[in-house]
Amino acid sequence: MLHHRLVIIGGGPAGLAAAHGAYEEGERDILILEREEHLGGILNQCIHNGFGLHTFKEELTGPEYASRFIDLVKKDNIPYKLNTTVIDVNKDKIITAVNQEDGLLLIKADAIILACGCRERPRGAINIAGARCAGIYSAGTAQKLVNIDGLKVGKEVVILGSGDIGLIMARRMTFEGAKVKAVCELMPYSSGLNRNIVQCLNDFDIPLYFSHTVIKINGKDRVESVVVAKVDEKLNPILDTAFEIKCDTLLLSVGLLPENELARTCGVELSRVTNGAIVDESMMTSMDGIFECGNVLHVHDLVDYVSEESTNAGKSAVRYLNKSISSRDQVLEVKTSNGVRYSVPQLIKKDTDYTPIQFKMRVSNVFKNVEVALFVDGEKVAKKIKQIVTPGEMETLLVKEDIVKKIKSGQNVELTLVKRG
Amino acid sequence: MRELICICCPLGCHITVDDSDLNNLKVTGNSCLRGDKYAREEVTCPKRTVTSICKVAGGEIPVVPCKTKDTVEKGLIFDVLKEISKVTLKAPVHIGDVVIKNVLNTGVDVVATKNIDIKR
Repeated sequence: MLHHRLVIIGGGPAGLAAAHGAYEEGERDILILEREEHLGGILNQCIHNGFGLHTFKEELTGPEYASRFIDLVKKDNIPYKLNTTVIDVNKDKIITAVNQEDGLLLIKADAIILACGCRERPRGAINIAGARCAGIYSAGTAQKLVNIDGLKVGKEVVILGSGDIGLIMARRMTFEGAKVKAVCELMPYSSGLNRNIVQCLNDFDIPLYFSHTVIKINGKDRVESVVVAKVDEKLNPILDTAFEIKCDTLLLSVGLLPENELARTCGVELSRVTNGAIVDESMMTSMDGIFECGNVLHVHDLVDYVSEESTNAGKSAVRYLNKSISSRDQVLEVKTSNGVRYSVPQLIKKDTDYTPIQFKMRVSNVFKNVEVALFVDGEKVAKKIKQIVTPGEMETLLVKEDIVKKIKSGQNVELTLVKRG
Repeated sequence: MRELICICCPLGCHITVDDSDLNNLKVTGNSCLRGDKYAREEVTCPKRTVTSICKVAGGEIPVVPCKTKDTVEKGLIFDVLKEISKVTLKAPVHIGDVVIKNVLNTGVDVVATKNIDIKR
């Protein structure tokens, strides 16, 4: 059996940043396991720009952003195995992986960072009625076919879901000569970033139908049309409003699911809200020495935040290996209320020595003119004023040493929204 | 009055431009200087970075992603795409390699945004 002090599962943005973070903290025995043929993960197919404004203070495309971190990892001489799929992680931190060169690999790790990212929700998860013909893709699959394999996906396109990948693909398909006839969004708001609605839809006069969904797919060998209907407040389709749109392609951009099969099998406690692990401020899960970061922990909308969080996870894993991490015997639960759906981290260790601590959260609806506020035992200890918060954009609250002190001496920690004015 | 959503970064600031006097635009609602510049440009001469793919011969994958190194006029997007579609690069390709020099006399180069190795 092989042995490594730190094994990182996933060589995308999270895994790369975690590896570099661990290296910077002094660790030299690191191994990255990556399922695909290249490092960089999903960034390799995200050829649009807008990445890295926070991290590098310049606007990069996905592959360029990835290459910055790949270069760091290569400069650090951190070993990695490509085309290697991890099939099991057990309680003793023994990893079972397979690839064509080594066959079956058993690796004992002293610490593990799960950086496995997300999968797209497929058609089956949203139960659209109708034909099972060709021409129905998840938006990310279409993105790979167009941007990496250089293939054409379709000529007349309808997109269901206004998540960022769907919006980006609306523009991408337009650039490839396709006609995007509509983007339909079940909710009365978009789950994508504002800027993507402006520069991917409005720029090209692509109509966006809020509170609409696809209720039927027609076609035999290939999609011929879809039927779209408005939905009521309970999100049920109003059949009188149904109309047909001729198209040969339907792209689904209906959400991402953290890929937590490995975490689940080794007993990591998962959150029902984020579908990722429940972690403390060091990004450690309920399993001693197993950390999680990036989109497997919770879905991010900015890769910059993934890099930051994962660097923290990498450094924390080294502190764990060097036994210089505070104990998790006593933890405070970070409660959320009044429109805040979740917080990451969900837990703060009573004797934490982490400062500052960044809380990341998502809200459940669109709220205007609010404070994102942190209360400890009923006292408001930190706040951030926002003109608008939306479910599509992650909110953050950074608290410094004096406030961390208050949290540690408190009993009841709560993140909430407070209406202003 | 023009209501804009800034696209410079994911914050998506809601910006208002008072364009009653084109020689003296008043920009409010932005949270940084980039937003101010974007709003002025969006009202007078909107610009975009164009990202697409370009064919590669002999590479490990058949296409390389590319971008305009700076923004170009919004009205030129499809002309730029057409120029990119005429080019076939030869592998290997490196990040920053020039795909088209000074595309359509805009003064802006189209450059590759990914390293593509030779097909093994």
